[in-house]
Amino acid sequence: MAIDNEMLMNIINKNKDNNGALMQILHDVQDSFGYIPYEAQKVIAEELNVPLSEVYGVITFYSRFTLNPVGKYKVGVCLGTACYVKGSDKVLERIENILKIKAGETSADGLYSIDATRCVGACGLAPVMTINEDVYGKLVPEDVDKILAKYK
Amino acid sequence: MMEKVKIIIDGKILEVPSDYTVLKAARMAHIDIPTLCYMEGINEIGACRMCLVEVKGARALQASCVYPVREGMEVYTNTQKVRTARKANLELILSNHDRKCTTCVRSENCELQRLAKELNVGDIPFEGENINYPIDNLSASIVRDNNKCIVCRRCVSVCEKVQTTGVIGAKNRGFKTEIGVPYDKSLKDTSCIMCGQCIQACPVGALREKEHIERVWNALENKDMHVVVQTAPAVRAALGEEFGLPVGTCVTGKMAAALKRLGFAKVFDTNTGADITIMEEGTELLDRINNGGVLPMITSCSPGWIKFCEHYYPEFIPNLSSCKSPHTMLGAVLKSYYADIMGIAPEKIFVVSVMPCTAKKYEIDRPEMEVDSLRDVDAVITTRELARMIKEARIDFVNIDDEPFDNPLGEASGAAVIFGATGGVMEAALRTVAKKLTGSPLDEIEFKQTRGQEGIKEFEINLPNITLKGAVAHGTGNARKLLDNVKSGKAQYHFIEVMACPGGCVTGGGQPIPSFKTKNELDIFSLRANALYEEDRSLPVRYSDDNEFVKKLYEEYLGEPNSHKAHEILHTNYTKREKYSDDFLDMTSVGETV
Ligand code: SF4
Ligand code: SF4
Ligand code: SF4
Repeated sequence: MAIDNEMLMNIINKNKDNNGALMQILHDVQDSFGYIPYEAQKVIAEELNVPLSEVYGVITFYSRFTLNPVGKYKVGVCLGTACYVKGSDKVLERIENILKIKAGETSADGLYSIDATRCVGACGLAPVMTINEDVYGKLVPEDVDKILAKYK
Repeated sequence: MMEKVKIIIDGKILEVPSDYTVLKAARMAHIDIPTLCYMEGINEIGACRMCLVEVKGARALQASCVYPVREGMEVYTNTQKVRTARKANLELILSNHDRKCTTCVRSENCELQRLAKELNVGDIPFEGENINYPIDNLSASIVRDNNKCIVCRRCVSVCEKVQTTGVIGAKNRGFKTEIGVPYDKSLKDTSCIMCGQCIQACPVGALREKEHIERVWNALENKDMHVVVQTAPAVRAALGEEFGLPVGTCVTGKMAAALKRLGFAKVFDTNTGADITIMEEGTELLDRINNGGVLPMITSCSPGWIKFCEHYYPEFIPNLSSCKSPHTMLGAVLKSYYADIMGIAPEKIFVVSVMPCTAKKYEIDRPEMEVDSLRDVDAVITTRELARMIKEARIDFVNIDDEPFDNPLGEASGAAVIFGATGGVMEAALRTVAKKLTGSPLDEIEFKQTRGQEGIKEFEINLPNITLKGAVAHGTGNARKLLDNVKSGKAQYHFIEVMACPGGCVTGGGQPIPSFKTKNELDIFSLRANALYEEDRSLPVRYSDDNEFVKKLYEEYLGEPNSHKAHEILHTNYTKREKYSDDFLDMTSVGETV
């Protein structure tokens, strides 16, 4: 995966000496590249003199950051407690099977990516899935097929 | 003087420094508050919630390890509310823990197990969701089993703050939080220095060494092989702890006897290798000083330190002594000179090293560590593994009679024994170098400047024609500081000793893991180190160059120190290594079958 090194270095140099530089840099990289590739993490770690494990830890802690490019359709499944007890894990499993990718991954054609999210604040509709801005609630796994078919 | 404040804990009035936490104040007064994630000064994050206490006026229970004392504060550590909350938290931790104590490496020495017992936890009322984590056993030294991990982050803090390696970290969040290497890769493919300090920090059985016990049993069973063993100096100062002997008991004789009972043909002392190291390294140092070689010269006995240098400070590779570490030197001698005089084919000799160290497992697998395609050392077991073998063989360690090491290597010098504590290699080298330069035995043989727990020790020794400047660092975090000073020109030395583990080998990653309570109450480092300093004082020979076997080895086989032959078998070279390799993402992930 090639990244635009000049763009990356600009982002790093702009924020390097500020408080909370790491967060700010990660935000900017995510916005500019659409995700935060390993190559960028490596450079950030070296430039800020922090371990790669810390950079990676922050990225995987915040759902706003992604390790892979996000698909045209961003499928989110809530694994918050309310959704979980109503079987959102089964919903997720079904989506993963249909799209043949796991949560956190993006399909080869760049069309779909799946996210296992934290509570989205729609507990009344549990279990909930989202596709970009659209919200689908009170799901059973079988509903997933039809919903996904709408997004091509 | 820090300002003091008065606080009341469980009705007891205490006066403590105002920068104390409630936990620290309580411990000072011998009021026991349980903890799992706490490591003083290293990991104070209030994560495990075991140290909850009631503070008068505060709404909720407070984590005492991060709660600062305040004048007039009233604290209760033993109320129904506190007990119930602690127990509930412990049950929560246990509910998704792989509770297979009977087959766990840390059983009977596990902080979680102990607390479960002490807090009187019975059946766990609910079974948590279990993630089935793959075990990372691809590293040559360290095995990570996240199924037993309680996410206390002690290993992470030690790796990042003490060793400044930071190869592991917390990933994801909430229920899915997990400790490990980015992208689920193995420690094997990182700049992990294999020091095992994370194992020492872990309260449970989530971290352990890569066992070589099976290799050793199999070799012992093979009647075609001449299986010999050598023990590093630091092992004798700690092995007894595994059998309930007090910390600091020196068990040299019992250890030698037990090894013979295990079936080794010969039991040798790595100290002989240490004496050879001093001959080679001392000569190398004088040569570098006299002939304009690269200075400061830095010791190379600690393979964890070597790996650290290769990854993080490759510009110092020319400064590293080319000497192999003592046990690989001895291994190479055993498979050449010893094989000759005993009339045994070198390929029939199997060398086992008992080490306080996990990095030495990695070291013996390095491609350079062989001569004529024979490995210098065939297996490395830690002090802990040796204890397991002795127990498995049902040897009554505590009551076994002392026995000496075997001939023809005989007894090594006192200078070699002290290799096991930080500063020891430096001191041993100074003895021989100073004696050589002054031309007579020294009035004061003990170089106290090199001893003790100070992170970086600096000193100057006046010798004929030269004031020798030396420094000793232990723990790679301290080594980093020292090297930065050398790099910036702030400090100049002739000779530097570095040990990867804080305290040196006596507190190495392969040593017995003292219970949390023992660590609180005793100065483990000093007790173990003193055991070595005492053995040094008790020995007739205290200079490496006076070791009779070593003299004979040079006369009959090696010629002079640093001779061509010596270089061939006793010296090695180093390689610059990446911190983060470009093909990291292509490396095997933990859990893939390989
Ligand atoms: S880590 Fe401790 S509690 Fe867990 S199985 Fe091992 S001994 Fe038992
Ligand atoms: S062995 Fe040392 S460097 Fe490797 S993970 Fe453990 S503490 Fe870190
Ligand atoms: S591996 Fe051990 S020390 Fe590290 S977080 Fe897990 S339980 Fe704590």
